[in-house]
Amino acid sequence: MKLTGAQAFLKCLEEHGVEIIFGYPGGALIDVYDELMKNDKIHHVLTRHEQAAVHAADAYGRIKGSVGVALVTSGPGATNAVTGIASAYLDSIPLVVFTGQVPTKLIGNDAFQEVDIVGITRPITKHNYLVKDAEELIPIIREAFHLAKTGRPGPVLVDLPKDVLATRITYPELKPISMRTYKPTYEPHPGQIEKACQAMLKAKKPVIYAGGGVILSDSNVELTELARKLNIPVTMTLMGLGGFPGTDPLSMGMLGMHGTYYANMAVANCDLLIAVGARFDDRVTGRVDAFAPHAQIIHIDIDPSSISKNVRVDIPIVADCKHALLAINSWFGRSKEFNGDECMEKNRPWHEQIREWKIKHPLGYVEETDIIKPQFVIQKLNELTGGDAIITTEVGQHQMWTAQFYHFNKPRQFATSGGLGVMGYGFPAAIGAQMAAPDKVVIDIAGDGSIQMNIQELATCRQEKLPVKVAILNNGYLGMVRQWQELFYNKQYSSTVMEVAPDFVKVAEAYGAVGLRALKPSDVEPVIKEALKINNTVFMDFVIAREEGVYPMVPAGKATTEMLLV
Amino acid sequence: MKHTISVLLQNKPGVLSRVTGLFSGRGFNIESLSVAQTLEQDVSCLTLVTSGEDTIIEQITKQLHKLIDVIKVTDMCEHDNVEREMALIRVKAEAHTRAEVLRIIDIFRGKVIDVGPKSYVVEVTGKASKLQAVIDILRPIGIQEIVRSGTIAMTRAQKS
Repeated sequence: MKLTGAQAFLKCLEEHGVEIIFGYPGGALIDVYDELMKNDKIHHVLTRHEQAAVHAADAYGRIKGSVGVALVTSGPGATNAVTGIASAYLDSIPLVVFTGQVPTKLIGNDAFQEVDIVGITRPITKHNYLVKDAEELIPIIREAFHLAKTGRPGPVLVDLPKDVLATRITYPELKPISMRTYKPTYEPHPGQIEKACQAMLKAKKPVIYAGGGVILSDSNVELTELARKLNIPVTMTLMGLGGFPGTDPLSMGMLGMHGTYYANMAVANCDLLIAVGARFDDRVTGRVDAFAPHAQIIHIDIDPSSISKNVRVDIPIVADCKHALLAINSWFGRSKEFNGDECMEKNRPWHEQIREWKIKHPLGYVEETDIIKPQFVIQKLNELTGGDAIITTEVGQHQMWTAQFYHFNKPRQFATSGGLGVMGYGFPAAIGAQMAAPDKVVIDIAGDGSIQMNIQELATCRQEKLPVKVAILNNGYLGMVRQWQELFYNKQYSSTVMEVAPDFVKVAEAYGAVGLRALKPSDVEPVIKEALKINNTVFMDFVIAREEGVYPMVPAGKATTEMLLV
Repeated sequence: MKHTISVLLQNKPGVLSRVTGLFSGRGFNIESLSVAQTLEQDVSCLTLVTSGEDTIIEQITKQLHKLIDVIKVTDMCEHDNVEREMALIRVKAEAHTRAEVLRIIDIFRGKVIDVGPKSYVVEVTGKASKLQAVIDILRPIGIQEIVRSGTIAMTRAQKS
C-alpha cells in the first residue's frame, strides 16, 4: 500500500518510538498536520513560538534520554528554530528538527516563506538534509535519528518540501543503517587505558573533571565507582552537574568562571587531571596556559576533534565515556598493583589540602533579614524539593546560583543552555521536561529578564495542563551583564536596568495560571510550599536583593586561581 | 607551515560548502582549493592548501573528518608525494618579444595554447615555486592576465 510522504513521515516517527513532538504549523506543513490529527500514537505539543518548540524538544530528550523531535514550518518557522538548534548543537543534545519547505520546483525562487534553512543551519547542526526525492524521505529520516543519537550526539535537521509530503511512496523496509563515512569510535584503545590507569596509580593529587559527556553516555555509575574506588575528588562543568552526586564528600561542585574556590584551586594544583566527556571550554579554563599547569592530562571524549583543541592532552582516549570508564574500572579490578588502602593513604595530604580550601572559602553569601537573597531562594528550593526536582534555567546570574546552590545528585535532572547561553531556554525546557517526566516536580529557575524571552509559553503550559513551576529571581536588572558593568565598566549600567517590567503575578493569572510573590525572606518558604501544592502552572516572583553578585568569579581572560570572592 | 590536505568526499550537493564553511567559521585559511570527481562517480577529491601551526593543522584534519560527508582526510605533508599546479598566462607577444617568450616557455616545458596578434596564452604546470619562477621571468615582458588552478597532489608509490 502506498502512503503519502506525510503519512510515511509519521509512520517513521512511530518506528523510532516517538510519542511526543513539539511544533508549530504553517502552510508548508499542512499535509503533516492533517495526518497528525488522525494519529493517536503521536502527541503534538503546540508551543507558542518555534524557538520554544526546539528548546522543549531538547529538554524532553535530555530528561528522557531519548531523541527530541521538533516540527516547524518553512521560512520564519525555520529561522525561529535556529537559536534552539544552535543551543542543542553546542550542548551536544540529540535532536531531530523537521522544517517545512516550499515545493521543490519553487526552491531557489525566493518563494513565499522560503529560506535556505539547510544553508543557514549547516554550521549549527551535526548534519542536515534537504529531501529532494520522496523515495529518499524515509532513508533520510532514519539516518537523521541515527546521527542524532550516536557518536557525539547533536541536532540533525531535515528539510521537507511540500510536494514531497504529498507524493505517494512505498514505505521502505527497515534495514540496519550503515554509513560509509560515519563510524564513531566507542571502544577505547587498550594501550591508552593502560597508560591512563598507570598515571592514576602514580598520581598523588588527582582530580576528575566531568562534563556533559558523562550524562549523555549514562556513565554516572561508572564515574562514581572510579572516583570512590581511587578516592579522587570530582569537579563538574555546568553540563556535567548530576553526573556525580553533588552531596558526595568527594564532590567539589562546579569549576570555572563561577566555580567553587576549592574546585578551581584543586585543578590549578593537581598533578593529574582526568577529563571525562568535557571540552575545556573557555568558561572552564580561564587563561588556558594557567589551567592545570602542573598536571598530566587524561582526556576521554568520543569526539577526536575535542581532544587537544584548547589544552594539550597527554593521554587522549577516544571512546564513549561509559566504555572507557568500564575499561578503567575493570583494569583496577584485576590489577595487582592497585591497593585501595594504599591509594587512600597516598591521597590523604591532597584531601587535607582540599578540606582546608573548603574551610577557607566555602560557597556562601551574606545573609540578610529584610531582603531576599537569591542564593537563599535556591537553597530553599533544594531543601523543599529534597534535591529531587528537575530543574531548568535560563541564562545569567540565576543560572550560576542554581549551579552553585542546588545539589544535583542524579543525572538527567538538570537542563540548561550551557554552550550557547540562551536566555529564554528554561521555560520551554521545563515544558519538555514535564512532558518527559509527568510525575516529577519541574522548576524553571529564571531571571526577570530571561523569563520575558519566552513568557508566551504560559499558554502551552495551560493547554497541556502542566504543573510547571517558575521561580523568578527578580532584581529588575539584566543581572549578569550588570555585574560585569559594576566590576569592569565603572558601574555604567547601560541598558541593563529593566525600567519597565510586567507584574508577573498578573501575567500568570491572565493565562489562567497562578502567580505568587515573595517580598521578604520569611515569605520564601511559604511561597515555595504553596506553589508545590498547586496542580497548575505557577509563577513565583521573588523580589531579591537588586545588586547581589555571583561569586566566586574569575574575570574573563584571567587564571582560574585569580578569583574574586564574596 | 604550508600543508596540502587531500579530502575524499561524497559527491553530493552542498558538500563543498560544508568544507569551506568549516574553514571560514573556524577561522582557518584556505590558500588554494581544487575539487573534481574521482574514479568512483559518487566520490570527489578535494585538495586544499592551508597553513598554520601543527595544532591548527591537527584541528583542521579532525574537523574535516567530523563532517558526515567526508570519507578520508590525508595530510600530504606526512607522505612522500607529488604536487602540481597549472597556470594559464596571457603574456604580451609583440614582434620583438615573441621569440623570447617562446624560449622561456620552452625552458619551463610550457606550451603556447592560444596565439593572438599581440599576445600568447601559455600553459605551465609544476610546483607552485616553478610557476612563480615563470611568472617572475615573464613579468618584465608584460603579463596581461593569470589564472592559476589550486594545487593537486598524489602520494608516490611505496618503495619496497
